[in-house]
Amino acid sequence: MNAPANPGSPRPAQSLDSRFVVPGMRCAACIARIERGLLDLDGVEAARVNLSAKRVAIRHNPEVDSEFLLGALGRIGFEAQVVDLGSVSKDDGESRMLLRALAVAGFGMMNIMLLSVSVWSGAGGVTRELFHWVSALIALPVVAYAGRPFFASAVAAMRHRRTNMDVPISIGVLLATALSVHETVIGGEHAYFDSAVMLLFFLLAGRALDATMRDRTRAGIGALLSRMGKSARVLAEDGSTRTLAAEDLEKGMVMLVAAGEALAADGVVQDGRSAVDNSMLTGESAPQSVREGDTVHAGSINLGDPIHVRVVAASSDTAIAGIARMMDEAGQSRSRYVRVADRASRLYAPAVHTLALLAFAGWMIAGAGWHQSLVIAIAVLIITCPCALGLAVPAAQVVASGALVRRGLLVKDGSALERLAEVDTALFDKTGTLTLGEPVAAIDHLTPEQKAIGLALAQSSRHPLSRGIATAVEATGIRPASLKAVAEVPGLGVSGMLGEVPVSLTRGREDRAGLASILRIGSESVEITFTDPVREDATPTLDALRAMGVRSRIVSGDRDAAVEALAAQLGLVGEGEKRPESKLALLEALKADGHRLLMVGDGINDGPAMAAAHASIAPGTASDVSQQAADAVFLGSSLMPVAAAIAIARRTMRIVRQNFGFAIGYNVLAVPLAISGLVTPLIAAIAMSVSSLVVVGNSLRLAKTGSEP
Amino acid sequence: MNILAFLIPVALLLGGAGLALFFWAMRDGQFEDLEGAANRILIDEEVEREGSDGVEKETGR
Repeated sequence: MNAPANPGSPRPAQSLDSRFVVPGMRCAACIARIERGLLDLDGVEAARVNLSAKRVAIRHNPEVDSEFLLGALGRIGFEAQVVDLGSVSKDDGESRMLLRALAVAGFGMMNIMLLSVSVWSGAGGVTRELFHWVSALIALPVVAYAGRPFFASAVAAMRHRRTNMDVPISIGVLLATALSVHETVIGGEHAYFDSAVMLLFFLLAGRALDATMRDRTRAGIGALLSRMGKSARVLAEDGSTRTLAAEDLEKGMVMLVAAGEALAADGVVQDGRSAVDNSMLTGESAPQSVREGDTVHAGSINLGDPIHVRVVAASSDTAIAGIARMMDEAGQSRSRYVRVADRASRLYAPAVHTLALLAFAGWMIAGAGWHQSLVIAIAVLIITCPCALGLAVPAAQVVASGALVRRGLLVKDGSALERLAEVDTALFDKTGTLTLGEPVAAIDHLTPEQKAIGLALAQSSRHPLSRGIATAVEATGIRPASLKAVAEVPGLGVSGMLGEVPVSLTRGREDRAGLASILRIGSESVEITFTDPVREDATPTLDALRAMGVRSRIVSGDRDAAVEALAAQLGLVGEGEKRPESKLALLEALKADGHRLLMVGDGINDGPAMAAAHASIAPGTASDVSQQAADAVFLGSSLMPVAAAIAIARRTMRIVRQNFGFAIGYNVLAVPLAISGLVTPLIAAIAMSVSSLVVVGNSLRLAKTGSEP
Repeated sequence: MNILAFLIPVALLLGGAGLALFFWAMRDGQFEDLEGAANRILIDEEVEREGSDGVEKETGR
């Protein structure tokens, strides 16, 4: 995103640019670790982190491939994904455009005001005319440039025979500018360039706030498909292999999947035994062992030995592509949601037009002449300027989202707050959402020596269970024992030698009770069990939700027994063994009963349900797909941000309603004055600014909610 | 009043210069990563020196 990525700049031909998404980076230390760690590698010329977009841009030699860089990032401690350059280049053009327009309008406003104030305070004759001409010279290009967002939207609306807020704005601005030019040419007393440009400035401020809000956490990548393997090595009949892109794979081909590689298509294991990481499909972090005849899905990662997989479904037929389609279809219903501001403008725009037209007609009938009638009509259009209305929603939402960020929750889209305020039922996924999704080892029954050996073995593996053991032992302050000949047999375990004694850490019995590993030291062996702990504040969060009238239940893809145990512990209704389709079906059934649903989940299997729900929240540890589908993402191990989000969203909507009240009240006062022809440009300018400031000030009250418990 | 013929262009020029600077800063990507910029000042001196080497090379600045 940063300057280094400028594709137009000349550079030595031998360097390549790669970009990676690193969702885990949060702080200055992460930036330093990633940039420094990457620069220490041979072949890496430059690395630059963009913290807002959670990306890192790396310039490197062609010998260094992205697999190596991914591995290096992993060793530094960050999980990363490759982003293809094509999807990066289309960035947030809209908010940049609005910022530019805002800057131009601000420039025009300041200079024209300077001249206008001189005219108001009594400059006359030639000076006044000169000032009007200079104003015109500034205002015309400024209006042409800064007004584009409104004109374009107004034209689009008119073409579809609708009106929106931009239609009266455009008419007001264009009429005011045209009349001012006319006044200037005939040497008249008043010009309204200042009003026109100021109107644009305040409205653009609202729009820019709105766009900032939407861009804030949008990680514009096609996350779902980027997680799938991009290519596969295909075994030909003569034993040779060739690499094919994922979309060129066909049913019946045999893929050779190396350890650590992501599958590019759905298939059946034909040869070999291994363990695959299905976490992106099911949310289950424990690897699943597979052997001949087992089905494996695109997107899962082969953790163990190389396997041969016969393709049964490729590219758009894969399970993951099916989920993507479901998400797409489910998301349609949400995009039909009408935002508060749009609903307001639907009522507001026709009313303003009618008023202005009536004022014009009335004064014409009263015999005021077309010039004065037009001035009054423009005054009506401008003083009813939806400045305050335009700011009412975005100002409140930006402040509220700031308050939520301090509580550890990133809101992606302003309308998400509106929808969050309306929910009455919350559906929680189990693993990774109500629980932390990281296996924690129970090590209290181990002797310090066993712990030290276990740590030494666990440290040399990236298996989730090993990491669970390592974390638990490290927390007790025990140092790893020094082992020799430590080797990992993928899918089986880690083994090594403590002096003359063979030691190993292997997979435990596959029983229903849960995950387990076995630590063997010589002939003695000890079992280490794992639990997936419930988030610490799950109970208070659910209580807080209940107090707000939001009922919660669990829907999970996990085994029924595990879900029921957790449901009983938390006092909720729970349903397990739900596939993505059945989650979606349950959601639709509840929706049909008139419930507004909040979906909280982390797996790709939650994606369709999250896209279909009225609002959705994902934990920061969730797969990219759920983060993409979610309206908001909460960071850290606390679940409380979910309750805070609903509480603050509801408060935001109260403030928005007050803002609308202010804005409408202001119009009720100002419109009669404008219609009766009493409004001078000075009064219009002051009234406009004051109403906008009141709305912004009122919205700032939301900032305080961030510091309350 | 003649002073106006001088002051108005000066005011416009200064304003225009500010505007041009803003446009340049935006095109240059100064607003791309506000969060990162806020955090980078917290990076240690030694780390920053090594890190900024990369930046220099990369951006040509």
